[in-house]
Amino acid sequence: MNIDLPGFADPVAQAQSSFRALLDAMARPGTIRAAGAGLMPPSPLDPATAAVLLTLIDGDARLHIAADCAPARDWLVFHCGTMPCPDPATAGFVVATALPDLATLSAGSDEAPESSATLVLQVAALGTGTKWRLAGPGLKEPAILRVTGLPDDFAARWAPNHALFPRGVDLVLCAGTALAAVPRTVAITEG
Amino acid sequence: MNGYNFAYLDEQTKRMIRRALLKAVAIPGHQVPFGSREMPLPYGWGTGGIQVTASVLGADDTLKVIDQGADDTTNAVSIRRFFARTAGVATTTDTEQATIIQTRHRIPEKKLREDQIIVYQVPQPEPLFKLESSRAETRRMHALAEYGAMHVRLYEDITRFGQVAISYDYPVMVGGRFLMAPSPIPAFDNPKMHMMPALQLFGAGREKRIYAIPPYTEVRSLDFEDHPFRTTRAPHRCALCNADNSYLDEVVTDDRGGRMFVCSDTDHCETRQEAGHAGTGEALVREAPVGSAARGGGMKP
Repeated sequence: MNIDLPGFADPVAQAQSSFRALLDAMARPGTIRAAGAGLMPPSPLDPATAAVLLTLIDGDARLHIAADCAPARDWLVFHCGTMPCPDPATAGFVVATALPDLATLSAGSDEAPESSATLVLQVAALGTGTKWRLAGPGLKEPAILRVTGLPDDFAARWAPNHALFPRGVDLVLCAGTALAAVPRTVAITEG
Repeated sequence: MNGYNFAYLDEQTKRMIRRALLKAVAIPGHQVPFGSREMPLPYGWGTGGIQVTASVLGADDTLKVIDQGADDTTNAVSIRRFFARTAGVATTTDTEQATIIQTRHRIPEKKLREDQIIVYQVPQPEPLFKLESSRAETRRMHALAEYGAMHVRLYEDITRFGQVAISYDYPVMVGGRFLMAPSPIPAFDNPKMHMMPALQLFGAGREKRIYAIPPYTEVRSLDFEDHPFRTTRAPHRCALCNADNSYLDEVVTDDRGGRMFVCSDTDHCETRQEAGHAGTGEALVREAPVGSAARGGGMKP
């Protein structure tokens, strides 16, 4: 059992600072923000991944834990106070370390596009690795996001999701104590 | 303050609002429903804006609150004091020092920066409300981007008055997709929303909706090619700081038609006065034609 590992030491302040990092990352796609410093989550979760989940998930949120994150299940259940949702297609949040097929996640409906899933994807590193060129709202001019750990055909797999706008999945990338976000509005090309 | 969580709201409520905020940012201009809470002030006094601010605010933020541009009116003073008490945050009236600006019905004259967040208090988030009273129907209209009715409404104004007769809450298209109510800011402020470097968040407490515009997002006021959107302001200079490009309030000074035009943004006006700008300081006097009352009022159209 890994539920002995602590969550936030100061839940109110740390949830707030993690949320601001996340909000800023979502508002300015591709910018890398710090979150989760000092957290010691169980394997395979990185501090930033854990911080995002501790900040957003509770009994009212439907979190699907992908098989590759299953070792952290008990910890997430205990600290977030949530029962995981077994079906990724109906989950509001999905945590994974490998990019799932985005079409299998909820994209929301035309009338309620906000009911779509947020994918919290843990990657090997942010700021190094393959360059992705992002363009869309939040960006004055196209930005470059470097990620280690996304599949080579990521841009091609993202395109159909982006084309669904206003429906679509939003992506939060986490690595170590860094996070970046790619909302559905963003067009991605390899750059 | 003892007995309350940081920034008044409990953590579960903040998480719910934070989830809604992230989706709102991801779908610019789309209204996201949220479980609006009872707040210690009545609906219509900024309950939506307060809940958004409380969910975003951190201990190291500096908060500014304005009401119709003024830092010193009842609503602004009480909301600023509310957060000073419940969150212990620093407050300011200086637009430049603020990291979060909660506003009712104005955007500051000073250009906002990337590291600032502006939170609007919204009474009616649905721009189609006056054209279609059914919520189910307006949701469908947004889903289909079916905004013809609003264009017809603007067209009717042009045929009747020769111009679009909307002076505040002038509807905008966000990112070319969602029709959005900018809250009752004067149409004068609409162009400031376009490609604004700051993040814009909107909270409607009674109507239980949150929406957002990310930085550097296209925001266009609805118009026609042959009737382009135009801003209007009172054709005067500020009587206190002599500004000729700020939005002006008309202040009635007596019961004989005397009035004064002053900047609605008090911080902007005071900053200019400190920099040495001075207006006439005098009220304008309206000359009422003698005996005109018998013919039904002295004002010419």
